[in-house]
Amino acid sequence: MSAIETWALTLAVFLPAAGTLAILLVPKKQESAAKVTALIATGLALLAGIFIALRFDYSNSSSLQFETNVPWISAIGARYHIALDGISLPLVLLSLLVTFLCVIYSWKHFPEPHNPRVFLALVLLLETGMTGTFVAFDLILFFVFWELVLLPMYFLIGVWGGPNREYAAIKFFLYTLFGSAFMLIAFLAMYWKAGTFDIVELSLNNPGFAKSTALLVFGGLFLGFAIKVPMFPFHTWLPDAHTEAPTVGSVLLAAVLLKMGTYGFVRIALPVLPEAARSWAPWIGLLAVIGIIYASLCCFAQKDLKRLIAFSSVGHMGFVMLGIATLTPVGINAAIFGMVAHGLITGMLFFLTGSIHERYHTREIAELGGGMLKKLPILASLLAFISFASLGLPALAGFPGEFMSMLSAYNPAPGLSTGTFRTFMVVAGVGTVLVAGYFLWMLQRVNLGTVPERWESTEMHDVNGYEYAAWIPLILLTFICGVYPQIILGVTDGAVRGVTAAFGG
Amino acid sequence: MGTAVFDLHALAPELILTGVAILILVYDLFIGDERKWTLPIVAAGGILAAGIPLVTLGLSDTTRSLFGGAYVVDGFALVLKGIFLGASFVVLLMSAQYVEEGDYHRGEFYFLLLSAVLGMLVISSARDMISLFVAIELVSSPTYLLAGWRKRDLKSNEAALKYFLLGVVSIAISLYGMSILFGVTGGALKFTEIASWMSAVPSGSAMGVAAMSIVLILVGFAFKIAAVPFHLWAPDTYEGAPLPVTAFLSVASKTAGFVGLFTLVYLAFPAQSQVWRPVIFGLAIATMTVGNLIAIKQTNLVRMLAYSSIAQAGYVLVPFAATTREGSLTAETFASSVTYLLIYTVMNLGAFAVIIAVARRTRSVEITSWSGLSKYAPGLAVLMTFFLLSLAGIPPTAGMWAKIFVFRSVISAGGLANGALAAVMGINSVIAAFYYLAVVKKMFFDPAPEEDLEAIPVPASLAGAIGIMAGITFVLFVIPDVAVRLGYGASLV
Repeated sequence: MSAIETWALTLAVFLPAAGTLAILLVPKKQESAAKVTALIATGLALLAGIFIALRFDYSNSSSLQFETNVPWISAIGARYHIALDGISLPLVLLSLLVTFLCVIYSWKHFPEPHNPRVFLALVLLLETGMTGTFVAFDLILFFVFWELVLLPMYFLIGVWGGPNREYAAIKFFLYTLFGSAFMLIAFLAMYWKAGTFDIVELSLNNPGFAKSTALLVFGGLFLGFAIKVPMFPFHTWLPDAHTEAPTVGSVLLAAVLLKMGTYGFVRIALPVLPEAARSWAPWIGLLAVIGIIYASLCCFAQKDLKRLIAFSSVGHMGFVMLGIATLTPVGINAAIFGMVAHGLITGMLFFLTGSIHERYHTREIAELGGGMLKKLPILASLLAFISFASLGLPALAGFPGEFMSMLSAYNPAPGLSTGTFRTFMVVAGVGTVLVAGYFLWMLQRVNLGTVPERWESTEMHDVNGYEYAAWIPLILLTFICGVYPQIILGVTDGAVRGVTAAFGG
Repeated sequence: MGTAVFDLHALAPELILTGVAILILVYDLFIGDERKWTLPIVAAGGILAAGIPLVTLGLSDTTRSLFGGAYVVDGFALVLKGIFLGASFVVLLMSAQYVEEGDYHRGEFYFLLLSAVLGMLVISSARDMISLFVAIELVSSPTYLLAGWRKRDLKSNEAALKYFLLGVVSIAISLYGMSILFGVTGGALKFTEIASWMSAVPSGSAMGVAAMSIVLILVGFAFKIAAVPFHLWAPDTYEGAPLPVTAFLSVASKTAGFVGLFTLVYLAFPAQSQVWRPVIFGLAIATMTVGNLIAIKQTNLVRMLAYSSIAQAGYVLVPFAATTREGSLTAETFASSVTYLLIYTVMNLGAFAVIIAVARRTRSVEITSWSGLSKYAPGLAVLMTFFLLSLAGIPPTAGMWAKIFVFRSVISAGGLANGALAAVMGINSVIAAFYYLAVVKKMFFDPAPEEDLEAIPVPASLAGAIGIMAGITFVLFVIPDVAVRLGYGASLV
């Protein structure tokens, strides 16, 4: 490996953090300098990511690449072990891309109380935490990155958020912290039994817990990851956080932060504790389908556009979790596909909601009053397009993941009750109808009809240059992933088969 | 092992400190008011000078035993003395301006402070009951006076009186336990003698009496570290005492109590873990939980930090309570307690230093008076956030490692009871995050008051204290190995 290959991943992770420091050194008055610094830092990190994607050995996606593994805290046996495989790669690229686009989008869209310098510094710090989580192969390192996202997001919501921001910020923080405390205890229990924090080693030689202990340890991991996903009934922080967060915060939360939870299941919980995973799987599947139905019903009741999309996130993540719960290659491939697709689509939806809010100064569906296709034709078309993607229209990114996820529930891994999972499949199927229902209803109320009187005379600007720049990549990818799902599945499949080998079938 | 009866090198830190303390008392008599500002410099110089032999002793890397084993200078003693000297140095930096601006007897203030530090140095080396008792008294007596230093302030009077009465009663209980032990063991004073007596005596009435005396002795020290239910003095004393003294009490004095616990539990009573373990198990859980729950309701920042420091003491107790299957004490549990104390000292002092800086302007330590601090004092607000996050155990701060090390040592001990203990601590760290973040919220999310919003000037010495503590908190986040190694270096196991 050349020096640049050795360093590429470390650069992708830490360039944004370096950007944070650089921005804080920029004098207070020079806002544009801060923006340029942020653009350069995220841009370089994205370039490092693209370089990695180009040099990645796709024929060998199950083995770790771009690996760095050096001692870190020798006294407790933690190592600086970062690497990539087919599961990490799409998620890393997603984080790097979405953050970059967020910086572009925020160029002219700084929410009150403005202060772009600190805002961008926090976004960059968040990026290091997110990207790091997806490449860390040491449990302690994983935990540090995992916790690192808390603080920037807390401030993004708490300072730049909506009217109820303080409540939302602390709720987000405490929920995640509660989960991660138990996750840490589970990590340490694994270390105690196996004597290593290395995720690869733990996956190869599972810690030999007694059955009951394994179930408890899995429970600790479950709490940490399920709260982050979030799964029903741990989802209540999400609608608040999403609704109150500034646009960029919601985008990052939906597009990347939620994936940390599902990724944790695929990367750590399943491979390290396969037996316990098998016992937990039906319950995870149950909570997943409850989440799908419950979230869809909630969507019907929402008056706020952003809150509606927030609840739809809970439903979509339910499909992802259902795929994971089947413990099959198809299901987990579907899950990872679903994570990326949800990142693109829901990220885009939050961008659109932000822009709509900026123009109408309200997100109440009733107040928007319809007719947006007439008033803001491009914005409205984009909303329609991305809503169709979200409700799972074939040939767009939302479809393959959810379809495969239900398909996998037809045939779960050996040892899981086929009847139970087929029931889940049927329930999830009902869910897809509900999803289509609330999205179409929302479109009807927002896009169709005539422009209400109160907006007739209001001057509104349709999509501007910064918005185009931030959105076009997402729209293209939504289309490409839908037409050619192999672009993701081809990368993940090898690595996923490595994970599911333990479950047979 | 050194055999000299009177090893000057080993005693050099204590001797230097004694000399400087007396020097200050005399020097203070002969200088006028216009020269009093030199007093903290002399005191700080004394502390630094006392640090020099500490370094040379550390480099010589031998355990020195004096007075027939009653006074030992080993890794534990050196690391703890280092913590004490470092913490006192920072407290001096915090006091300099504060004492000068208030109407205080400056010479006596620094003399008493150094006397308490001397007690802390002695307690780190004390290895028999008598030196332990003398040392803890030497730590306590000056701090009773210091707590009441604002003598025209009723709260300060109350602080000193409560602290004095409860402190004296608690140490009397300990002394009672010590005397029983002295009798039942047939005159054993040294920890090693007591330990061998305890492991030799099988059971019976003597053992029952010994068990009672262990509990009595521990109760005294539980008062010192403000463990629940022996914590009642702490919030009032912290609130009433001058702020630098509060900082001193909450770290150095508390650590001194822990040193007593460490040496007693690990050196004198290791064989009787079935007696003290359940006691400490209960104390740890009660201390964490009660401290955190009451802290939530506090509206006064210092009282909040008082309850927070009670809860933090609970975290330090957790590794003591971790039972290994073999019932033995491990270097890991010991090291994690010491590491936690070290990091706690740094972050808590940092938080108090910021409070002193802000209180110079706001003249109040009510949390509401911190509203919108980030608007007019962004630097102080960021640093306070940093220290509070560290106390909560959230990256990028050293506090996170402190918690992880404690978690790790408890889990490594194995078993369901320890798992439950870890879970209680986990829930507690979430509760704690809530009230620490409430202050962060006040500073960043809430509007600033209408009146003047000029930047807050911070005196150089205070800025130095804040800077040093923030630097260490961040450096230990990046390279926690240093703290862990000190913890293991201090291990008595």
